[in-house]
Amino acid sequence: MSDEYENKSGYQAQSSEALTGSAGSTPDMDYVRPAELPEQDLYHGHTFLTKWVFCQDAKVIGVQYFLTAVFTGIVGLILSWLMRLQLGFPGLAGFITAEHYYQFVTMHGMIMVVYFLTALFLGGFGNYLIPLMVGARDMVFPYVNMLSFWMFFVAVAVLMASFFVPGGPTGAGWTLYPPQTILEGTPGSGMGILLMLVSLALFVIGFTMGGLNYMITVLQARTRGMTLMRMPLTVWGIFTATVLAMLAFPALLVSAIMMTLDKVIGTSFFMPTILKAGEVLEYGGGSPILFQHLFWFFGHPEVYIVALPAFGIVSDLISVHARKNIFGYRMMVWAIVGIGALSFFVWAHHMYVSGMNPWFGFFFATTTLIIAVPTAMKVYNWILTLWRGNIRINTVMLWCLGFIVTFVNGGITGIFLGNVSVDVPLSDTYFVVAHFHMVMGIAPVMVIMGAVYHWFPLITGRLLNETLGKWHFWATFLGAYSIYFPMHYLGFIGVPRRYYEMYDSPYMTSAVGMNEFISLAAFLVGAAQFILIFNIIKTLKTGKPSPKNPWKANSLEWHTSTQPPEHGNFGERLPVVHRWPYDFSVPGAKDDFIPQTTPPSEVAHTKVEKT
Amino acid sequence: MSDPKIDGFELKPGFRGMASDTGSDQTMFKGVHWGKAMMWIFLLSDTFVFSCFLIAYMKGRGSTPVEWPNPSEVFALEAFGVPVPLLLIALMTFVLITSSGTMALAVKYGYEKNRKMCGWLVLATAIGGLTFVGMQAYEWSKLIHEGVRPWENPFGAAQFGSFFFMITGFHGTHVSIGVIFLFIYAYKVFAGHYENGGKRGWFTTMKGDYVEIEILGLYWHFVDLVWVFIFAFFYLW
Repeated sequence: MSDEYENKSGYQAQSSEALTGSAGSTPDMDYVRPAELPEQDLYHGHTFLTKWVFCQDAKVIGVQYFLTAVFTGIVGLILSWLMRLQLGFPGLAGFITAEHYYQFVTMHGMIMVVYFLTALFLGGFGNYLIPLMVGARDMVFPYVNMLSFWMFFVAVAVLMASFFVPGGPTGAGWTLYPPQTILEGTPGSGMGILLMLVSLALFVIGFTMGGLNYMITVLQARTRGMTLMRMPLTVWGIFTATVLAMLAFPALLVSAIMMTLDKVIGTSFFMPTILKAGEVLEYGGGSPILFQHLFWFFGHPEVYIVALPAFGIVSDLISVHARKNIFGYRMMVWAIVGIGALSFFVWAHHMYVSGMNPWFGFFFATTTLIIAVPTAMKVYNWILTLWRGNIRINTVMLWCLGFIVTFVNGGITGIFLGNVSVDVPLSDTYFVVAHFHMVMGIAPVMVIMGAVYHWFPLITGRLLNETLGKWHFWATFLGAYSIYFPMHYLGFIGVPRRYYEMYDSPYMTSAVGMNEFISLAAFLVGAAQFILIFNIIKTLKTGKPSPKNPWKANSLEWHTSTQPPEHGNFGERLPVVHRWPYDFSVPGAKDDFIPQTTPPSEVAHTKVEKT
Repeated sequence: MSDPKIDGFELKPGFRGMASDTGSDQTMFKGVHWGKAMMWIFLLSDTFVFSCFLIAYMKGRGSTPVEWPNPSEVFALEAFGVPVPLLLIALMTFVLITSSGTMALAVKYGYEKNRKMCGWLVLATAIGGLTFVGMQAYEWSKLIHEGVRPWENPFGAAQFGSFFFMITGFHGTHVSIGVIFLFIYAYKVFAGHYENGGKRGWFTTMKGDYVEIEILGLYWHFVDLVWVFIFAFFYLW
């Protein structure tokens, strides 16, 4: 065992200069507090199993999370195709029965929100970027981090297994509202719902292990000179989202446990007295509304668990590709933290039609609208960052611009739905579907795409093809708008969501063609994602090798000893940070970027921000 | 550990000190072991789990149409022919709180590098926890014998049994996990895994240190604190 810990690159040997913080020749202005902690011991795997499978390197774990999440995302995408096939052309695919349709809706929702977006942002980008961006060798608990991924993997396996059990996966809608979820007559009310609940519980346990890692790495393992206010906004976004997840997932875990007990041993936590075909069921005395409260106490912060990392990442991408510092960095940080805090006080705006006291709805409408304030500040800051910037219209920037407009669109419809009086008639129509797909589906996915094009050279050492990237962007952007803009209209004329087929209802006479159009656009957008997969495969095989730091960015992940970074990230010496990561186009500097590790004495005659 | 100087840190007291720690580089909580910070944050998350359970219990108890059973009758124990309300629970609570005391002493002796005393006290804590779990098993079997089930009971609302078994069961699982770890750590202390620079653990690549006893102690005190709330909500309400 002992030789696996042997120090191959001499990490521990910090020179006396690093420990005292100032050496004879360095001017005092470059002083950085000495290291508080000894260097982290790292476990270096030797075998295939310890290097690539049960790996303790956060970067490999990040890629594992990413690939697993993308796999579930593709399953979710195929399910959405099947749904649109039924909605646009009812009866064309005879194998899609009403039961199947509800199962597709449910699994699509749950997969995309929890197993795709959450796992991808926090597990994927979080693992890869946090240690690199804060200047750590690795996550603080690498072994627990490895367990976290494998717990997630098991959760995905259990979820996928539910497709193959008798009765199929649950078809109760992704909100899993009792009592219908566990009663006969709902598709997958047997093994399907059970596997879903078990899978969610496993996901929460796995996430908790990862989340503790992300939080402690940010709080307690930053490198010398890296203050909280010098962290890239990506780290702020992922960190705050992790805090939200650590406090919101407990409600999901509790509701999953209680519903499992209702299902398996016949308790009545969520089950009221029920008459079925004239017969009283065994259940009685429980509260279905209790489930809704628990679910949305998880469910609303979950929206921001997905959105906040996207906010953070897009801020960094815009700043780098517009060659300008992010406008109002501190405001951006506090907006992220403020949105995170507020997100715990808005959950009941998902329940306006549950029969709640109107004053209760009034309170939640108020808090919901207050969230628009920090969110709008962020949007203005992104636009002001772009204003008079040296914008490079490359694929990454296109995705960022696409994100801003999509997010504003989805945000504005959110203001509609946050008001009780507007929400009640629009509740459970396609307007709601359009709103949440714009704001937490398309918008975060645009950021993911931008981030993939941005960090691909770091992870693989090759640049993705720009032409294919632009085709990918325009097909996705125009296609997504073709899907969701008409859906707002469908909602206004009153088309209800989650209906298998509209038959000859008067709602649909004016919108049959529109529904077909939406479906065709959905097929196209889904297919366009394979451009990216083709681009990745092509690049890995024959792509252009990337120069080091191809985007001329300042943050630490681009200033590692090798690219892609090795295990331990920074070679012999950890970097020492002197500034924030946004010193672009500083007047008087010889380059248009000043990396975070550049000491003040080297840029003494420039108008650099003091951070 | 009341001295604010931790291994070379000049920590300022009060709000000003908190602000300067937050604004500084490297660490937010100066001199705090990674594992200790992790345990605090885990416990914060776990607090939310138990809060959700207890709030669900309040809501469930409030909304069920059937009358709630009287706890001082249901939980009474016959002693010398007289039914004494809450006798068993009082004993259980006493044992658990006492084990918190032995745990705190174990942490103190650990930091004093008194290996033997620390080990015995961790073992005493483990035995206290085991006694608690044993008494809880007795209480459960007594209630089950009287006909209380998660889905029904002869005393009143069916939700009484549901919430009782779920929440005390979840807490009991926490205690049982704690007991297992207390036994493991008692062994590790006696075997000297925290002496002379420490031995690497099986769950981590970090070297052992007596701070691990404090981390385990945090968990144990948390479990005790949760019990106080469960006690108040189930047995006194």
